[in-house]
Amino acid sequence: MSENAPPIASRWRALGTSRALIPYLTAGFPTPRASLEALRRVAAAGADFVEVGVPFSDPLADGPTIQRTTQTALEQGMTVARVLELVHAAALDVPVIIMTYLNPVLAYGVPRFAQDARAAGAAGALLTDLPAGADPEVERAVTTNGLDLIRLVAPTTDDRRLKTALSGATGFVYLISRLGVTGARADAPPDLEAQVKRIRAASPAPPAARVPVAVGFGISTPAQAAAAARAADGVVVGSALMDALATGGVSGAERLTRELAAAVHA
Amino acid sequence: MTVTETGRFGPYGGRYVPETLMHALEELAHVYDDARNDPRFWAELEALLKNYVGRPTPITAVPRLSAQVGAQVLLKREDLNHTGAHKINNTLGQVLLAQRMNKRRIIAETGAGQHGVATATVCARFGLECVVYMGEEDMRRQRLNVYRMELMGATVVPVTSGTRTLKDATNEALRDWVTNVTSTHYIIGSVVGPDPFPRLVRDFQSVIGREARAQMLDQVGRLPSMVVACVGGGSNAIGIFTAFLEDKSVRLVGVEAAGEGVASHKHAATLGAGRPGVFHGSMSYLLQDADGQVQPAHSVSAGLDYPGVGPEHA
Repeated sequence: MSENAPPIASRWRALGTSRALIPYLTAGFPTPRASLEALRRVAAAGADFVEVGVPFSDPLADGPTIQRTTQTALEQGMTVARVLELVHAAALDVPVIIMTYLNPVLAYGVPRFAQDARAAGAAGALLTDLPAGADPEVERAVTTNGLDLIRLVAPTTDDRRLKTALSGATGFVYLISRLGVTGARADAPPDLEAQVKRIRAASPAPPAARVPVAVGFGISTPAQAAAAARAADGVVVGSALMDALATGGVSGAERLTRELAAAVHA
Repeated sequence: MTVTETGRFGPYGGRYVPETLMHALEELAHVYDDARNDPRFWAELEALLKNYVGRPTPITAVPRLSAQVGAQVLLKREDLNHTGAHKINNTLGQVLLAQRMNKRRIIAETGAGQHGVATATVCARFGLECVVYMGEEDMRRQRLNVYRMELMGATVVPVTSGTRTLKDATNEALRDWVTNVTSTHYIIGSVVGPDPFPRLVRDFQSVIGREARAQMLDQVGRLPSMVVACVGGGSNAIGIFTAFLEDKSVRLVGVEAAGEGVASHKHAATLGAGRPGVFHGSMSYLLQDADGQVQPAHSVSAGLDYPGVGPEHA
């Protein structure tokens, strides 16, 4: 099935005006076996894309939940190679985006990573500590080997950097909705609509060809997801889902995914 | 080595950080470039180094150690600075930059506590809020420095993640920075981290070598045949090496903590036994396993147990 995994752009086209739910799961948490089950059931419970996290020893952009889940995954022996095996075995019919920090990918070899990820059925990569333009050689090694490289935009991204981030962006743009690390929050992201509008206004392509905007960081409840989906094209939920997986098992994660999907697709 | 426009020393250095921090790094680089070309900035810093820190620090001959090692040994006495270490050379420079950016809150990481004490002290001097992240293990090993930071009005936050040492304190400081970046300046204590930190910390520490070189010529009548410095992140080493780079007769020797031996995997020999990787915002040598996971460094010395090293050293 892997070869038939739809690339990210065609999935967005198929979605039309519908919004996308993009759950994040740490590969190998709480165990490799349960993680495989979680990937399949979360994907089938209404996900439009799935982000799969490769653990890194020093996750400096992550809050307590993802710190814990990635630490557990490391203790379970997860490596880039084993995460790709898991993605291959999961054989999801939604596009998979590999999310991690740069160093495990460097150690694996960037071109090899991109080729093997594509072969395992992944469609994109998101590297938390590789801001747009910081290392063009790494960016090229990812994109010329068949993966979309998801660019990040933050509230602090100024207009000049926004241009850099959007130039050559493929798949979607990931809007970090607020300052800080990943993790569930009680409040809604401030100025979300204005932030999304700013990105759309700066997009160089005609509206039909513009890259969609997915929003993440701190979105945990169906109500927050619904609000985010009114502003953006896609909604990423990570920490809340990992909390649900930790406390309620695969069924807990599946249940939350259903509720989030209903809220986002409404 | 000269740093390129992209903030690299050859292949090393760069800005490998979450997008949220990019604007602050660009602003810092811009403010530093302005300050560097502003004689008033250096005049203010030099006056503080003289009248507040107590510079210049002397070089001291140590005849008994010299007899033991069979070479004339002189010590550059950075321990005689206010707060007891070279760290204050850098924290003063950076606090002046923070003022130019109107940032009233300062954060720092610390290993042994010397950088934390130096940061807490300059914050007290300039009336700025100060939060220092310190590994729980280091707080235990270096309790006196925790007391000194708190005495200066700083909040010391114990870090309980990972190895509970400098590496994890730096992670936690970076997490604070991505959360509070608009109001906060992060005073990194060594020549590590994303550009422009490695070059501005080097420039602020280069006073050590400028003084030492002049003192050697003045008091001993010659240059040293060798300059030896310990390397954790490498700020004191680069501070003294920089002045001797053009002196081909002077050997520059950086010493990393061997811990229980480089073969034991319990050491901090990043340059000796590490491989290039990306950690804490820059490309440099790094203690890591085959899968790119950062390995804990080991040394009895709090602060030398850092698995990375400054990109210019790399």
